[in-house]
Amino acid sequence: MNAEGEIVPRESANQALADAALTACPSCDLLQRLPSVAPGQSACCPRCGTVLWRRRVESLNRTLALTVAAAILCLIANTVPMLGLTVVGRESFTTVAGGAKKLWENGQHTVALLVFFAAVLAPALQIGLLLLVLLAARRKRPPAWVGLLLRHLPFSRTWSMIEVMLLGVLVALTKIADYATVIPGQALFALFALVFVLAAMQSTFDPKEIWDRVEWAETETRKPATGGRTMEATA
Amino acid sequence: MNAPKLTAMQHGLQRCETCGLVSRPAPGKEESCCPRCGGELIFRKTKSLERTLAYLIAAAICYLPANLLPVITSTTFSGSESDTIMQGVVLLWSPTGWPLSLIVLVASIMIPSAKIAALLYLVITVRRGSIKSPGQRVRLYRLVEIIGRWSMVDVFVDTFTVALIQLQPLMSVQPAPGLFFFAAVVVLTMLAVESFDPRLIWDPASSKEVSYV
Repeated sequence: MNAEGEIVPRESANQALADAALTACPSCDLLQRLPSVAPGQSACCPRCGTVLWRRRVESLNRTLALTVAAAILCLIANTVPMLGLTVVGRESFTTVAGGAKKLWENGQHTVALLVFFAAVLAPALQIGLLLLVLLAARRKRPPAWVGLLLRHLPFSRTWSMIEVMLLGVLVALTKIADYATVIPGQALFALFALVFVLAAMQSTFDPKEIWDRVEWAETETRKPATGGRTMEATA
Repeated sequence: MNAPKLTAMQHGLQRCETCGLVSRPAPGKEESCCPRCGGELIFRKTKSLERTLAYLIAAAICYLPANLLPVITSTTFSGSESDTIMQGVVLLWSPTGWPLSLIVLVASIMIPSAKIAALLYLVITVRRGSIKSPGQRVRLYRLVEIIGRWSMVDVFVDTFTVALIQLQPLMSVQPAPGLFFFAAVVVLTMLAVESFDPRLIWDPASSKEVSYV
């Protein structure tokens, strides 16, 4: 930390290249120049075919709209009952988090935490992070903390398993339907919609659009030298 | 014999896995951080093969109890009954429910074992420095990455069966020890996928390639 209380970056930071279009394939590491791509089109690695960049039409605005919708659906899905059943006059209801709670009460603590993380926490994190990133990216020059949040997005995405959970619920329903009457709750419909909204949200989001404009993590300390910054964002 | 330099690593450049920026490390430095996003930068994931293999071995060890031990126990007046994952598949099999039964069979039994086998194959071929069909092997890796998460489905099935069927003393369902091992297999294979660096598949081909311009 320096006098202003800012975190001083590690001095080992790499030097940026003069040619900002230079990129490497994430699958085969082939060094190449990223072509300029029209919105709606994508660029692939000539050697292995991995998609390097999928440019979206109106990416940030569309994703923001979908993320707000996802946030509302996620809220509904986690507050109202998801499933209920009646058998000989007895009723039983559960929410999404209630499933994890029951496992915890039955001594399966690790699995309970995993279920809670994959079904509640990770999706909420994924939506929340993206919402913050998108709102901050409306500025002309998004601050460096946007990059910090954006860095953790792939992690939350890997572990957010709403669609897998919904399939699991469907299978559980079929099993239970043999001996009881199943009552679908509102949360079940919200989750069903959420699966599609999340998928749409992910496919309209183009992180490159934000990375190209974001404030660099290393600018503060590199100001006197400016050698590290050789490229300016192109809108 | 001077092979052309193809990859960023051969040019001494590092691509940030987070933000995609290609940058040049200070001479002699292997590890540093990205000037744009501040993320950690390395040429290839550290000890990628060793870590992947370790997770795979752990997953393979958990795979046996995951399939042999019961995952849920149902208690009724007539006593209690335990079901393994395979028994769950058989129970679901009915004239109308067979598609779901098939989904569970594929997701819980076939995907985890196929995932372990596929990653093991990738680790072995990379270790041997194979240059055969690197493109297909990368596609295999991406496929494993995408479908792996679906094996969690059985964990959710059991969770919500347990959560709903709590009608004491009529009937109740409890989780059984197999569930922990099954969840462990899913998590460990996902971590194995995460530790593997697909660029290693192409590296031997990159240093020998002559036909590619």
